[in-house]
Amino acid sequence: MQLDFKHHQSAHCENGVASNLLKDKGINISEPMVFGIGSGLFFVYLPFIKVNHAPVVSYRPLPGMIFNKLAKRLGIKIKRTKFSSEVSANKALEENLKNNIPTGLQVGVYNLTYFPDEYRFHFNAHNLVVYGKNDNQYLISDPVMEHVTTLSEDELNKVRFAKGAFAPRGQMYYPIHIPVEINYEKAIITAIKDTCRNMLAPIPIVGVKGIKFVSKQIRKWPVKHGNKKANHYLAQLVRMQEEIGTGGGGFRFIYAAFLQEASMRLKNEELRKLSLEMTEIGDLWRDFAVQASRVYKNRSAQNDVYNMLADNLLDIANREEVFFKKLKKAI
Amino acid sequence: MKKDEVPQDKSSLSSINMKELCYAVDENGNYTTALSEGWEPKTIALDNSMQLINERIEDAKNQVLKGEASPILYFMELHRMDEGILASYVGKWVWQVKRHFKPNVFKSLNENLLQKYADAFGISIADLKNFKID
Repeated sequence: MQLDFKHHQSAHCENGVASNLLKDKGINISEPMVFGIGSGLFFVYLPFIKVNHAPVVSYRPLPGMIFNKLAKRLGIKIKRTKFSSEVSANKALEENLKNNIPTGLQVGVYNLTYFPDEYRFHFNAHNLVVYGKNDNQYLISDPVMEHVTTLSEDELNKVRFAKGAFAPRGQMYYPIHIPVEINYEKAIITAIKDTCRNMLAPIPIVGVKGIKFVSKQIRKWPVKHGNKKANHYLAQLVRMQEEIGTGGGGFRFIYAAFLQEASMRLKNEELRKLSLEMTEIGDLWRDFAVQASRVYKNRSAQNDVYNMLADNLLDIANREEVFFKKLKKAI
Repeated sequence: MKKDEVPQDKSSLSSINMKELCYAVDENGNYTTALSEGWEPKTIALDNSMQLINERIEDAKNQVLKGEASPILYFMELHRMDEGILASYVGKWVWQVKRHFKPNVFKSLNENLLQKYADAFGISIADLKNFKID
């Protein structure tokens, strides 16, 4: 059994699943639009939580938030279900396939057999679509992959019931209501305001303030934690920023693409200019990654190297602060 | 990032013919997408993480061989878990899992719990108990 479902590759899994599921329902929405209207641009630093033995830095909001905000702003209804057992989770999925519903799943990455070994970590907020089943093999559209792939029933059970932080608990989701008319203009304005509010939030670990906080911490890392740990923390920071899913520069390029598309929708020239500026900021993030990688490649831990990185990060934070203030005014 | 600057450095993605999607600006200043085979700074960051993992596995192995830790520690590191993740797989508290790292405590674990650990690591109880390094 194979449903008529079109796979499109995307940079980020949640955007991709949302965009692919909506395209399947006849709504032609690009990945940057999904990301922008879902207020996907975010920054949070959680020094008290360690993942992969390093403090957590996230360039995106909590899993599910992007699609939920997008749906709310476009008037779409999504059904989400979690399960207590593999049997009931499987049954519900089969039922959906029988009813011709391509279904989004939240899964853990560690047991995704088609990923390169180096990418298999215990990260539970990955998303993919199941669009059919042939001889015990589920047909999988994983939006970060170029082509569709398959997983056996066992393999799919494992990833649906991965444990740890954000355990998916078999979660599946799919749109159940699409409005006749969609007011993109209003949704875009609400979304941009929301993103500006988040990035300029008066909370020390969130948005621009969060980036400044990380910059301050980086200066202390080599003294406080020693050479090796400091290098590891730095490598993790870069991985979160650049790993599959962010489209480069900690999502800044996807957001710039969104602003460009939004400027056409809203006929707002200012947004196109701001898109260019966001691209420049994204390039600065890329430069930061290049410089950071030199530090842990050469295993240097001289304080001045870390101070230089901290200065660069602070510079990025200051530019983003100015940027989001301008963006807020532009709409 | 300009479209012609999208990096094409060899990476672990190349080994399975995977390419990732990037957003970049074309010659007219319009956003478009391009596929990337990999980017060196990322590869270096990933290598750094892998190296740390391998060191942790090696360290755990030595502790088990010296009789200072139970095989649970080794398999936890091998599967890139930490105590919190392992605890949620076996349905125990973190402090209990840490206690099970002690060889003496490990010896006294019942079959039921050993099975949970074995399942979490995708091995048999025998493999878990008779620690061997190939």
